Amino acid sequence: MDKRLLKLTQRLYRITLGILSLTLLLAVAVAYIQIDPTLSAFEKEPEIAEAATEVDDNLVENGIHVKTGLKDGESLMLVVQNCTACHSAKIIIQNRADKEGWKDIIQWMQETQNLWELGDNEEKIIDYLVTNYPPQKKGRRASLTNIDWYELN
Amino acid sequence: MTNRRNFLKKGALASLSTILGAEIVFAKNIPDGMTPIIFQDDDFYTKFNKHKDMIVLNDRPWNAEAQAHLLDDTVTPASKMFVRNNGLIPENIDVSNWTLTIEGESAKQSKTYSLADLKRFPKHTYQLTLECGGNGRSEFNPPAKGNQWTIGAVSCATWSGVRLKDLLNDVGIKSDAVYIGYYGADKHLSGSPDKQAISRGMPIAKAMQDETLLAYQMNGEAIPLAHGHPLRLVAGGWPASVSGKWITRLVIRNQVHDGAKMGGQSYRVPCDTVEPGAKVSDDQMCIIESMPVKSLITYPKSGALLDQKTLDIRGHAWAGELKVKSVDYSIDFGATWKPCKIQDPVNRLAWQQWSARVTFPKKGYYEVWARATDEQGNMQPMVIPGWNPKGYLNNACHRIAVKVK
Repeated sequence: MDKRLLKLTQRLYRITLGILSLTLLLAVAVAYIQIDPTLSAFEKEPEIAEAATEVDDNLVENGIHVKTGLKDGESLMLVVQNCTACHSAKIIIQNRADKEGWKDIIQWMQETQNLWELGDNEEKIIDYLVTNYPPQKKGRRASLTNIDWYELN
Repeated sequence: MTNRRNFLKKGALASLSTILGAEIVFAKNIPDGMTPIIFQDDDFYTKFNKHKDMIVLNDRPWNAEAQAHLLDDTVTPASKMFVRNNGLIPENIDVSNWTLTIEGESAKQSKTYSLADLKRFPKHTYQLTLECGGNGRSEFNPPAKGNQWTIGAVSCATWSGVRLKDLLNDVGIKSDAVYIGYYGADKHLSGSPDKQAISRGMPIAKAMQDETLLAYQMNGEAIPLAHGHPLRLVAGGWPASVSGKWITRLVIRNQVHDGAKMGGQSYRVPCDTVEPGAKVSDDQMCIIESMPVKSLITYPKSGALLDQKTLDIRGHAWAGELKVKSVDYSIDFGATWKPCKIQDPVNRLAWQQWSARVTFPKKGYYEVWARATDEQGNMQPMVIPGWNPKGYLNNACHRIAVKVK
């Protein structure tokens, strides 16, 4: 009786150990996939990956420049080159201004933030900005929008 | 590109070894001094341990805000605290060699302290409201330049450290002193070492208040990196830009401090009110000091669908240097108001908790509005307050949407 119990215990122990190690392996794999979903660390030739990112730099999908989120339009790449070296495109995308307003912002960056002279490109950049990010009339207080309705009880 | 990619590879493997809690062979490829944080500039939530519902407005520099329902805690945890940066967050902070120098034309001497030196001064703890001067900017019309904050650039955490006045007195203040200026370890976006990202300050009177701290702890722990580790000024009730982060140097000035973002139009509003869209010259712009009265409905989250006709609501109210006297709510777009219960602040400059039980008369769409009144009788406006070129100080009452079925 005691011997049988011992055997059973040993067997159970081995099975548990087996399950545990499989679980650990799986956990490691899952954790790794989360960190590096493309398994890029196991790629052999970084040159291929580099070429792929090069293409990405100009990629436009559904009218949006994928790398920066800026709207596609005339002089887009001029804006990318001159306006996203220091700061993120996100600050452009969330702002709205008329021609004079965008010019003021550029001037402020030149006077205080080390932005270089834009030369002939300045007018093209301002045209892009005012075409794609013009001011919108908002009134004194907008209606609540984008309400995410949920049951509360 | 290749470097960045390699970095990510090695980062992933290094992190994997952290998960395993053991060395792995690939880890030897990681160069010395490499930060063991992966997604160096990609994942805000992982990098700064932030709640998944925080909203990133900008990723260079990092700027992110909470939403009203995230701010329900009485003491704001780090995970739900807004992040406002003018420059690049410093890296590789060496706490053991960190020093703070206090000097300036109105200092009686120049003195340098280590963190250990600072910790020998009496330690004080206060819960302090910090709100970005531009919180609510997104609602101004015509639009104002800058990060388009909605309502979530406010926090009220517990800060511990040295009273600034204890340090200033230790150094000695000349009788002509009028202002304190700060310098931090953050870098200018352009990468230029000659430029400061931000270097603001406060009048001597604010610096000498009991609650103005040079803090080394937030919520009882070391200050998180995004919030100024290891040393931060905390000046509750004033635009949060006064509460400089990563502080290395303070200057006692005989004039209003003239560091970056002190002059021009930054953190200033027209000295006299102007019509929307007006151009205002720099010399007609005045520095913002105490923030205006404001409140938030932190429960329930906007968008509640109700089966019943009663609803418990709650939130916080604050009023810069002042105390909030009362909070009222309206469910009929401001036509009628009913009082809420309000608690005293835990200390001066901490936000106050309010609550009420709302009864809706019948089914339909409602907006619950909250309106705080400060001890001088100033109330939150229902529409957007005075337009100003940079879109500061929007304290219009907060609104949530509710439907009763």
